[in-house]
Amino acid sequence: MWSSARQIAADVRARRASAVDICREALRRINVADPPLHAFLETTESHALARAAAVDAAVAAGQPVGPLAGVPMALKDNICTRFSRTTAGSKILAQHRSPFDATVVQRIEAAGAVVVGKTNLDEFAMGSSTENSAFGPTRNPWDLERVPGGSSGGSAAAVAAGIVPLALGSDTGGSIRQPASFTGVVGLKPTYGRVSRYGLIAYGSSLDQIGPLATSVADAALLLSVIAGHDRHDSTSVDGEPIALTADTPPDVAGLRIGLPRQYFGDGLDEEVRAAVMAAVELLSQLGAQVVEVDLPHSQQNIAVYYVIAMAEASSNLARYDGVHYGHRSAAAADIFELYARSRSEALGAEVKRRIMLGTFALSSGYYDAYYLTALKARRLIQRDFTAALARCDLIACPAAPTPAFRFGEKSDDPLAMYLADVYTIAANLAGIPGLVAPCGFSRQGLPIGLQLLAAPFAENTLLRVMRAYEANTDWWARRPPHGVA
Amino acid sequence: MSHVLIDEAQVHRIARLARLDLHEGEAGQLSVQLSHIVEYFQQLNALPTAQVEPLAHPLPIINVLRDDQPADSLPVASVLANAPQHVSGFFRVPRVLDQAGGA
Repeated sequence: MWSSARQIAADVRARRASAVDICREALRRINVADPPLHAFLETTESHALARAAAVDAAVAAGQPVGPLAGVPMALKDNICTRFSRTTAGSKILAQHRSPFDATVVQRIEAAGAVVVGKTNLDEFAMGSSTENSAFGPTRNPWDLERVPGGSSGGSAAAVAAGIVPLALGSDTGGSIRQPASFTGVVGLKPTYGRVSRYGLIAYGSSLDQIGPLATSVADAALLLSVIAGHDRHDSTSVDGEPIALTADTPPDVAGLRIGLPRQYFGDGLDEEVRAAVMAAVELLSQLGAQVVEVDLPHSQQNIAVYYVIAMAEASSNLARYDGVHYGHRSAAAADIFELYARSRSEALGAEVKRRIMLGTFALSSGYYDAYYLTALKARRLIQRDFTAALARCDLIACPAAPTPAFRFGEKSDDPLAMYLADVYTIAANLAGIPGLVAPCGFSRQGLPIGLQLLAAPFAENTLLRVMRAYEANTDWWARRPPHGVA
Repeated sequence: MSHVLIDEAQVHRIARLARLDLHEGEAGQLSVQLSHIVEYFQQLNALPTAQVEPLAHPLPIINVLRDDQPADSLPVASVLANAPQHVSGFFRVPRVLDQAGGA
């Protein structure tokens, strides 16, 4: 088990530990623990060892090193890196090497982080189980017969298994928070605009955010503080209030108002999940928080609104995969139309094609108003619901997913059943608000259950403070999965 | 089972717009799957959205101005490194003009 990322960086800075030794240990853990899990698509050994040596050299020379000095990290493979392939889990980018690093990669490396590998995902981040990866699924370290969630399933499994202490994922409709819930780790989707999307392979551009997966709330806060802030390469990125969380003193939550949305505790919610989330709310109430009931009246439409918008944006974003500039090109094309159509069809997976088709349909002449425009209007209704609810409370508490991790194949033949599993996470992306998930219990079968907290735009500090208070008063963190590093 | 909201002709029309090639039997399968999902989407019509402004972007965004400072672009070689085919610094594609040189 790793000590915290914060502790690793402190040890490296004080020369109590060497970044190279820590890097070698992380690489060893990939070799030992990853084969049954398949969390990693690529290990970046030579790059990582060179970065770690540079951190050690800087420390030895008395030069300043950053807050992630020597911390081994994994990156979801839809985040562009020059030092490895970036595949997005797709055959169409199977050999793709980005000519640039994503802004988040530049920032974590400037802060001293050592990237040891790229992690598995549903193709182009489209999925909730990692079963849609063109390179085979990732397995859940708590039960190899079950999915780790998705689409950031590889990053979540790598952290849960103790291979790395910290990873980056991306969240378009829950793709950080749902796998965090399924694997028992901390996952944070920042406010839309908090983190630069430059170098994140686009899925739904008005929904996508990059965020941390960690083993503790303080480590998630530390990583967010490194990656957050305006970037001139992403005009939607902004400087919010700085992320501030002291790891040592558990924060005081007395007087904070926690809203429980009645629509998030209705039909379809697993009884064990409900009990674990309600027990967490009860604990926060004992710590002095005030619990109020709130209303999110348009919740019923969340999934339809989200999927129409996400698919429309995806169909537009994925038009760039045309066999011309990069990626797979069909060998059997006689003209330019065939080149586009065959290159795409030969190398894109079934779910990606379905979403491109539905998105194209929703944007096509004659259907645009009925589907896309109506979904955008409904999106405003959903955002208004949150604005009104968050005027009555400081944050919202709810489940992250309706059930614990499901079995392979359970939903993969029924696209709509898979979409319905995102019911509690997608509204945060539609409204642009931050969401934080951390473990709040286990099912009788020993599967982790996550608590989700949501707050107003740029109120990440409130989420972190309350979750830190919860974490300090529970010990779910101490449990280790059976299929991880001993 | 859903009624056919998206028939096979419609599937072919969408595939053409999306620049996708369907293999044998795929249109029939997609007709069933897409109809099922689109039927679910139709619940949007029940919402009172007539008086609501569409929301395309979650946060208020304003146009951003900055100084026009020259900066290096990516080197041509690194941009072409991923190209399936390139020639003389250009991406190479099948002929898009007819033999006579007209469009």
